[in-house]
Amino acid sequence: MNFDYSKEFQAMIDAYKKAGGNEKVLIDNKFGSIVINENKVLGKNEINGFHVKHESIKEGVNVKIFIDEKVKIESPIHLCFGMLPKEGKQVINSEFFIGKDAKVEFLAHCTFPNAKHIEHIMNSRVSIGVNGNMSYIEEHYHSESGGTLVYPKLRGEIKEGGKLSEEFRLTRGRVGILNIDYEIEQDERSACDLLTKVYGKKDDRIEVRESLHLNGEYAAGTAKSRIVLIDNAFGNVLGEIEGNAAYTRGHVDCHEVVHGKGARAASTPKISVENPLARVTHEAAIGRINKKELETLMARGLTEEEAVDIIVRGLLK
Amino acid sequence: MLELKDIHYNAGEKEILRGINLVIGEGEIHSIIGVNGTGKTTLAAIIMGLNGYSPDKGRIIFNGKNIIDLSITERAKLGITLAWQIPANFEGITVREYLSIKKNSADPKKALKLVGLNPDLYLDRVVDENLSGGERKRVELASVLSIKPKLVILDEPDSGIDMASIAAIKKMIRSFKKMGASVLLITHSEEMAKIGDSVALLCNGKIVKEGNVKEVTEFFKRYCKGCTHVGEIEEEILK
Repeated sequence: MNFDYSKEFQAMIDAYKKAGGNEKVLIDNKFGSIVINENKVLGKNEINGFHVKHESIKEGVNVKIFIDEKVKIESPIHLCFGMLPKEGKQVINSEFFIGKDAKVEFLAHCTFPNAKHIEHIMNSRVSIGVNGNMSYIEEHYHSESGGTLVYPKLRGEIKEGGKLSEEFRLTRGRVGILNIDYEIEQDERSACDLLTKVYGKKDDRIEVRESLHLNGEYAAGTAKSRIVLIDNAFGNVLGEIEGNAAYTRGHVDCHEVVHGKGARAASTPKISVENPLARVTHEAAIGRINKKELETLMARGLTEEEAVDIIVRGLLK
Repeated sequence: MLELKDIHYNAGEKEILRGINLVIGEGEIHSIIGVNGTGKTTLAAIIMGLNGYSPDKGRIIFNGKNIIDLSITERAKLGITLAWQIPANFEGITVREYLSIKKNSADPKKALKLVGLNPDLYLDRVVDENLSGGERKRVELASVLSIKPKLVILDEPDSGIDMASIAAIKKMIRSFKKMGASVLLITHSEEMAKIGDSVALLCNGKIVKEGNVKEVTEFFKRYCKGCTHVGEIEEEILK
C-alpha cells in the first residue's frame, strides 16, 4: 500500500462513495486501485499483474497502466478520478497496455461533487494485445450546478482476437458540457462494444462520437448510446462504423428520448463498407417518453416529474 | 363512492359517450359490459383523467367531491387507479421496483403472492415484454394492490391471457372487495361480468340496461354478442 493518508484522500473516498462506488475497495490491498485528485495521485494499490507509472503535470497527471501478459485479474480494478475544489482544470493523460491473453475489468468513478466551473480532460489511449480482454466502466457524478465540462477522448487499438467493452454513464447530477470522442482500430477477429448512457437536464449539452474501424477480417463492433434529454438539454450523437475487411460485422444503435418543450436531440449514423463481404447496420430512434408508461405511474399516485424520473432511470440502467 | 352524472364525450364529430349516469357504492364490484367500440375504455380514461379525455359535459363525483378538474396524480392520491387492458412495459425496471414506487407501498412479496406469482421467481424480473400477457396482467394487479386503492378501474382484465391467469385475476378482484375497495370492472365477457354485484350494459356510448347481474349478462349473451346493428340502438330489442 502506498497511501497519502490526508484529509484530501478521505474527501475523495467520500466523493467516490457518493458517486456510487464502494469505498472499501480503495483501502483494501486485495483490490487494485488508483485515486487521483487534481494533479496528485493520492493513493494506488498495485496487485499481481497490475502496474502503474505516473507523474504529476501542471494541471493533471500522466498515468500508464500495465496488465501483464496472460494475467487474468479476477476482481475489478478501481479508479477514482476527480476534483474536490469548485473551480479548476484537470487533464489526465492515461495509457492502458493490456498484455497478450490478459483479462481485466476497470471500474472508474469520476466525481466532481463541488463543481462550479471544472474542466476535466481525459485523453486515453488503449492498446489491447492479442486475445487480450479489457472491460472499462466509467461512472460520473457531477454537482447540480451544471458547471462541469468533461472531454473524454479515447483512441484505441485492439489486436487480433482482443476484446474491449467500454461503458460510459452519467445519469446523476447535472451533465454540464460533455464531449465524448472515441475512436477504435480493430484487427482480425477482435470485438468492441461501446455504450454511452447520459441523462441531460436544464441547459446541458451532450456530444457523443463513437467510431469503430473494423480493419481485420471477422472484426465485430457495436456503437450504442442511450441519451435522455429533459428541460432545455441538447444531445447530438454520431455513431460511425467502417467495415474495411471481409466478414466484419458492425452495428450502430442510438436511442434518444426527449421530454419537455425545450429538449432537442439529433442523431447521425455513419456507416460504410470497403469490402463486399462486410456487413454494417444501424438503427436510431428519437422519441418522447411513452405516454402510457407515464400515465400508468401517475395513476399510482406519482407526479409527472417523479414518473419521468423512474422511467428514465429504467432506460439508463 | 363514485357517481357519474350525464357524462358526454365527443371525439371530433363522433359522439363516444352520450349521457352516462352511474353510481358505484363503497366495496361494490360494478361491471360494465359491452362489445368492442361502445365506449368502455373511453369511460375508464375519463374517470382516471387521462390526457385528452376530458368530458364535454357532465360531472364525476368521488366521495362527494367533483373531480373533473383534477389531474391523474390528484385523482390517484384520492384513491382512484386504473389497470390498462394492455399494460405498459418498463425497460430496466424490475417487478420489485415497480411494486415499490411509492414510499408507503404494500410489501411487494405479499402483493405478488396474492396474484398467484412466486416472489422468488418474479421480483427481480424486468417489467417488459419478457413477461407473458398473463404474467404482466398479474403484475399490474399486484401494483394496483400495492398502493391500497379505494376505487380500482380494471379495463378488460381477462383479455389475451391464459385460463390460469383468469382464475387468479378473478380471485384478485374479489380480494379488492374484501379490502373494502370498489371495483369498476370493464369487460366484454359475460363470465367475467358475473363477478360484479351489479352490471351495466353499454351500447353505443349509452348505458342501455343495468341492475340484476344474471338478467343483464343473459341479455348481453343473447342479443349483443352477435350484434349487427353496428352502434345503432335497437329499441325493439331493448323493449
